[in-house]
Amino acid sequence: MNSSVDSPITAPTTAQLQAQAQSGGLDVVRIRKDFPILSRQINGKPLAYLDSGASSQKPRSVIDAESHYYEQIHANVHRGVHSLSQWATEAYEGAREKVRGFINAASTREIIFVRGTTEAINLVAQSYARPRLQPGDEILITWLEHHANIVPWQMVCEQTGAKLKVAPIDERGEVDVAAFENLLGPRTRLVALAHISNALGTVLPLQRLIAAARTHNAAVLIDGAQAVPHMAVDVRALDCDFYAFSGHKMYGPTGIGVLYAREAILKTMPPWQGGGDMILQVTFDKTTYNTLPYRFEAGTPNIAGAVGLGAAIDYLQSLGLARIAVCEQQLLRYATATLEKIPGLRIIGTAAEKAAVVSFIVDGVHPHDLGTILDADGIAIRTGHHCAMPVMEFFNVPATARASLSFHNTREEIDRLAAGIEKARRLLGPPTATGTN
Amino acid sequence: MDLQDLYRDVIVDHNRNPRNFGRIDPADAHAEGFNPLCGDHLQLWAKLDGDRIADVQFEGKGCAISVASASLMTETLKGRSLTEVHDYFKQIHALLTTDDYKPTLPLGKLAALSGVREFPSRVKCASLCWHTLMAALDRQNKPVSTE
Ligand SMILES: Cc1ncc(COP(=O)(O)O)c(C=O)c1O
Repeated sequence: MNSSVDSPITAPTTAQLQAQAQSGGLDVVRIRKDFPILSRQINGKPLAYLDSGASSQKPRSVIDAESHYYEQIHANVHRGVHSLSQWATEAYEGAREKVRGFINAASTREIIFVRGTTEAINLVAQSYARPRLQPGDEILITWLEHHANIVPWQMVCEQTGAKLKVAPIDERGEVDVAAFENLLGPRTRLVALAHISNALGTVLPLQRLIAAARTHNAAVLIDGAQAVPHMAVDVRALDCDFYAFSGHKMYGPTGIGVLYAREAILKTMPPWQGGGDMILQVTFDKTTYNTLPYRFEAGTPNIAGAVGLGAAIDYLQSLGLARIAVCEQQLLRYATATLEKIPGLRIIGTAAEKAAVVSFIVDGVHPHDLGTILDADGIAIRTGHHCAMPVMEFFNVPATARASLSFHNTREEIDRLAAGIEKARRLLGPPTATGTN
Repeated sequence: MDLQDLYRDVIVDHNRNPRNFGRIDPADAHAEGFNPLCGDHLQLWAKLDGDRIADVQFEGKGCAISVASASLMTETLKGRSLTEVHDYFKQIHALLTTDDYKPTLPLGKLAALSGVREFPSRVKCASLCWHTLMAALDRQNKPVSTE
């Protein structure tokens, strides 16, 4: 029981100290124990999970928070006088307050729980943009957006006669800021930008882009799905009107996400979905809508998901987002240097400012085959178009392989990735590439 | 899960050196196939001689399984009657989706595709060219998708 008696305290070894220094002061060995799934084997090999960009794994504290909620607390929220219902409401609203603090919103009235980034953006498209847009008005996005930040705007353009404009990117995968500024104009009503590109890792220069949008009085939505797990986000410092993100990419549960929206704007938006919870009074003649944020949360919400998201925020804050950023930047540098050495490998997305995402292609080896070959070694990466087909088209590739890194990853896992890529080259690459044959 | 069973020598060879890679102009049948999951995209052209396939060619970008499958298919089907083509289609479909399937036709090199069955996420890669060919022969001339 008392481990300090059983195991005498010893000074950390040089190797341990080195490992800590390499990981921004985070103790990776301990962190890995927080994630139950990381100790499992895949196809007989230890799992190397390099696909956090698609969905992150869950620490024990998040899993426990959800099961504790179901074992001890659950009832419906906002609609009962019994104790459980009050506790459930407190847990749900407590999570909302955690989210508010996490992104530094002014009020919990600005935090709307949704299913995820996709739903958040659709809510803004249908409830903010659709009633306002006139034929000839413009929405400006960039070439590197995820389909979730393209298709909802195409739909609203079709519904209203507005036009979708797209700011180009360059060979490194950076947004062409001058072209972006030129595309802004008197008809630009809304600008919708990724904070970080999921396919390329590019961190967008939001300060500059948002300031430019402001000079044209355009509203600004930020797709923060890839940003919140990697960096501290302050929606007030960013000066955006909307910020959307998903719980499952930031170590929280699936099926829960957040739309932050400035209160002054939310007040002018009609409800999106109708039903219970979003009303104050219903008669067949007239219904009075509830106050913010409940007006935008029709029906029984994902209470357990919100509780799990709150636990994920606690977890991220206990590690410290600044330390996470340092750790992941070191992993990114190591991964970039390691992969660059592989002949025939080309990294797609080489922006000066990047999150820990390495998208790449390998001569003669299709990403899909690479994914299968790595999987046989227990290494999970994403292959395909990453829901960003215009990015693939820009780089003239049908697909890429993508390793997306988290603070729980190690250099050893990146070495295993490199070894797996070499194996795929031997198996499928051009015969000359192997030196034999 | 055995990679050697998926990437057999025949598959690797046909991926590196696809046979019948090119267009036929004019063709009697043509179709385009997509696999949105991995971005595979291929086009098929066929020249018919009565109810026989006089020539069949393909072009496209895709993973090793989809390229090798198309190459093997074109090689096998040249000169076959449309009835035989349909028989092969049924055999390949069963081979890719049924455990321990015993083919009722001699499949020759096509038998190398049997390893794909162990990799469910790759079955569509192997079947794309076959569905595309069926679409071409049905003279649909519409893009087919594996979704
Ligand atoms: C940049 C970006 N935006 C939006 C999304 C969509 O998120 P979700 O599927 O959780 O709604 C993703 C997820 O892949 C993403 O990476």
